[in-house]
Amino acid sequence: MATGHFKQGIAGGRLSPEQYADNFSDLHPPLDHHEALVESDRCYFCYDAPCMNACPTSIDIPLFIRQISTGNPIGSARTIFDQNILGGMCARVCPTETLCEEVCVREVAEGKPVQIGRLQRYATDAAMVENKQFYPRAAPTGKTVAVVGAGPAGLAAAHRLARHGHDVTILEARPKAGGLNEYGIAAYKSIDNFAQAEVDYIISIGGIDIQNGKALGRDYQLSDLTRNYDAVFLGMGLGGVNALRADGEDAQGVTNAVEFIAELRQASDLASLPVGRRVVVIGGGMTAIDAAVQSKLLGAEEVTICYRRGQEHMNASEFEQDLAAANGVTIRHWLQPKRVIAEGGKVSGIELEYTAMDGEKLVGTGERLTLTADQVFKAIGQSFVPAALNGSGALLALEAGRIKVDAEGRTSLPNVWAGGDCIYGGDDLTVSAVAQGRDAAESIHRALTSNGRA
Amino acid sequence: MADIRNNFVGIKSPNPFWLASAPPTDKAYNVIRAFRAGWGGVVWKTLGEEGPPVVNVNGPRYGAIWGADRRLLGLNNIELITDRDLQVNLREIKQVKMDWPDRAIVVSLMVPCEEHAWKAILPVVEETGADGIELNFGCPHGMSERGMGAAVGQVPEYIEMVVRWCKANTRMPVITKLTPNITDIRKPARAALAGGTDAVSLINTINSITGVNLDSFAPEPTIDGKGSHGGYCGPAVKPIAMNMVAEIARDPETHGLPISGIGGITTWRDAAEFMALGAGNVQVCTAAMTYGFKIVQEMIAGLENWMDEKGHASLADIVGRATPNVTDWQYLNLNYVAKAHIDQEACIKCGRCHIACEDTSHQAITSMVDGKRHFEVIEAECVGCNLCVNVCPVENCITMEPLAAGVMDQRTGRPVSPVYANWTTHPNNPMAKVAAE
Repeated sequence: MATGHFKQGIAGGRLSPEQYADNFSDLHPPLDHHEALVESDRCYFCYDAPCMNACPTSIDIPLFIRQISTGNPIGSARTIFDQNILGGMCARVCPTETLCEEVCVREVAEGKPVQIGRLQRYATDAAMVENKQFYPRAAPTGKTVAVVGAGPAGLAAAHRLARHGHDVTILEARPKAGGLNEYGIAAYKSIDNFAQAEVDYIISIGGIDIQNGKALGRDYQLSDLTRNYDAVFLGMGLGGVNALRADGEDAQGVTNAVEFIAELRQASDLASLPVGRRVVVIGGGMTAIDAAVQSKLLGAEEVTICYRRGQEHMNASEFEQDLAAANGVTIRHWLQPKRVIAEGGKVSGIELEYTAMDGEKLVGTGERLTLTADQVFKAIGQSFVPAALNGSGALLALEAGRIKVDAEGRTSLPNVWAGGDCIYGGDDLTVSAVAQGRDAAESIHRALTSNGRA
Repeated sequence: MADIRNNFVGIKSPNPFWLASAPPTDKAYNVIRAFRAGWGGVVWKTLGEEGPPVVNVNGPRYGAIWGADRRLLGLNNIELITDRDLQVNLREIKQVKMDWPDRAIVVSLMVPCEEHAWKAILPVVEETGADGIELNFGCPHGMSERGMGAAVGQVPEYIEMVVRWCKANTRMPVITKLTPNITDIRKPARAALAGGTDAVSLINTINSITGVNLDSFAPEPTIDGKGSHGGYCGPAVKPIAMNMVAEIARDPETHGLPISGIGGITTWRDAAEFMALGAGNVQVCTAAMTYGFKIVQEMIAGLENWMDEKGHASLADIVGRATPNVTDWQYLNLNYVAKAHIDQEACIKCGRCHIACEDTSHQAITSMVDGKRHFEVIEAECVGCNLCVNVCPVENCITMEPLAAGVMDQRTGRPVSPVYANWTTHPNNPMAKVAAE
């Protein structure tokens, strides 16, 4: 009977407990005190710093790094939290290699940027470990705001609203707060239950009531919120998963990557988590990488990502692609799924078609390839499910399938704001969701305190 | 191959790198290790008079400042002269000199400011076969409170008197070690020369407090809650030391007086710079205390390599070569014009040149050109101050380019004059030697 890597089918217990623990340890271990001093000294304290301009939340990066270098990590944390109250998680999950660190002048000069993400973690960890709270609440305004979704956008909005003295109720469909920070990020990027620690840190400000198990459209309607609260912020993210549009995708063993990732994050015993011996992941974004790498770390023998365009088109950053390669994941390009092959209702392989660009258009070449697989992950994007918004009063305007907002996050309905992945025009990053939640909160605050004056 | 053998006031050594009088030269064990590593000579840690040895604090004895990677930039100490028995030291000196005849051994001395005390110690040192003596007039802590060390070095008359006693009572060459804790280094140097010294060595350490503990509010190093000023040395003091060496080298009264250069010398380049300013050889301490004796190998090889590359055959070819180029401000050419130039290929766009110039100087560097992040010198505003060159993190990215005579200086709207003209003749100078037209 084959064991470990070589167990046939989708099975758990492929590794020893030590291997699981080792595989899912911190991807970027924290900098120690001396490392942080050395790294912070590499920062040139640029004028009008490119890193700061590249940050969606506009954190004053040179200042917070200088504060680390002068032995003031707590002050540094405040500089970060002033702009981004989820600075701790962003330090762990931001694709810094395509944001602040990409434009760091050290990257330009020597190909080695200042490790801004790890320094940010150093400072935010220092403050969070002490539960250092920087923001006293303003005097109560008597205004109430409902926030739909306790993800990065909702939490950022709630914190900023609570600071301004408003009372916030967050309605969250899942059993835990945190959104994708809790359910949607590879385990090795957020160890030690960090997402929940961050939620606790944020709501320590007071005035934020999180109610779990409350889904919009199922347990309440948008019209209930607009009636019962002074303002509403929608930050429910994306509820749908795009289909493969391949024959036989309902076979047993075809799994949504986001569900797999969520399940893994919630698992108390990684050995209990089944994974295929030969895994194929369809997609080219962060979710595809997270699912593929984690499959490998759970003990899958062979993991292949198939993406329908070229390497340069992948949404996953170069760093993420390298991470996958370093973990033994094979990434194949110019392949689109055509048919899931099943035996006895269970996946046994996948048939793919080679693709090519025909001018601006992606077309199949007709040539086919079959890969043996006992598990296929769908990671070809998520979509906004607007159904929950319907049937409850006036219709919310959408754009390209997501909620339409203006520059301040205002939707087409009065007193309703939105931010995060559910709005149109974002880049589906945690840090962007934080910026949108924060800015919408400021807009809500202005509206609630203007006494009707615009 | 360049010849780096050194002859300093008749004391010969295979290279110009000596270890300064300090903990690394306190006993035979260390000195032998130094000679094995290749050091040309040592100045044995200061001996005091016969009797109960001095007592040091147990420690801490050192304080420091560091760069970010704990690179030691400056060190201070509150150690006194040797706390070992005089006879033990003398026996060891004699033995080591016998075993290492090609290396220089100079003995540092500090006894009370009375002639009999010096008369007593000189013959016993001479008896060891040591090559010379160095008078410690520089130690700024502890011993100075007892009227020795810097307490002598700060009074030119005392320097002259003690040097004279020594010259009268020994055949050994006398090197007078000077303290930098004075206002004008030329005065003690002149006094030493007047007393008949063969050479001066400088600088000794600088009065300093390296840090304050902000929990205990005590200076560091802290001994049971209190601290005392210590003597500062290491790379941080090199510019101060070089200026003092140059001041003595170019002073008409002391010009030609041999100088042993000391102060932050860490590399062959540091040594070459001291020698170019007029030092006949150099003494090293902090660098050895930081990295061990092996650094001398880099110093020897580096100096030889540079001399070979430049065609300098012996140390005589480099000693004092920069001295004539050190002058008073009043003789600098006021018609010399240079402008900063930023190499756009090398520029990494950190913007430090811009903000330094914009906030603190002459508003002569752009930050944005045609809507793009771009740093470029505005020649009409640039006075050529060199601040941007110094704050730029990229070597040779910003350079100062002299304007040729006749070229229009866009800042003044006048062509650059080919004529050398300094402050002494400038029309704005009320003391000008030539009246303005």
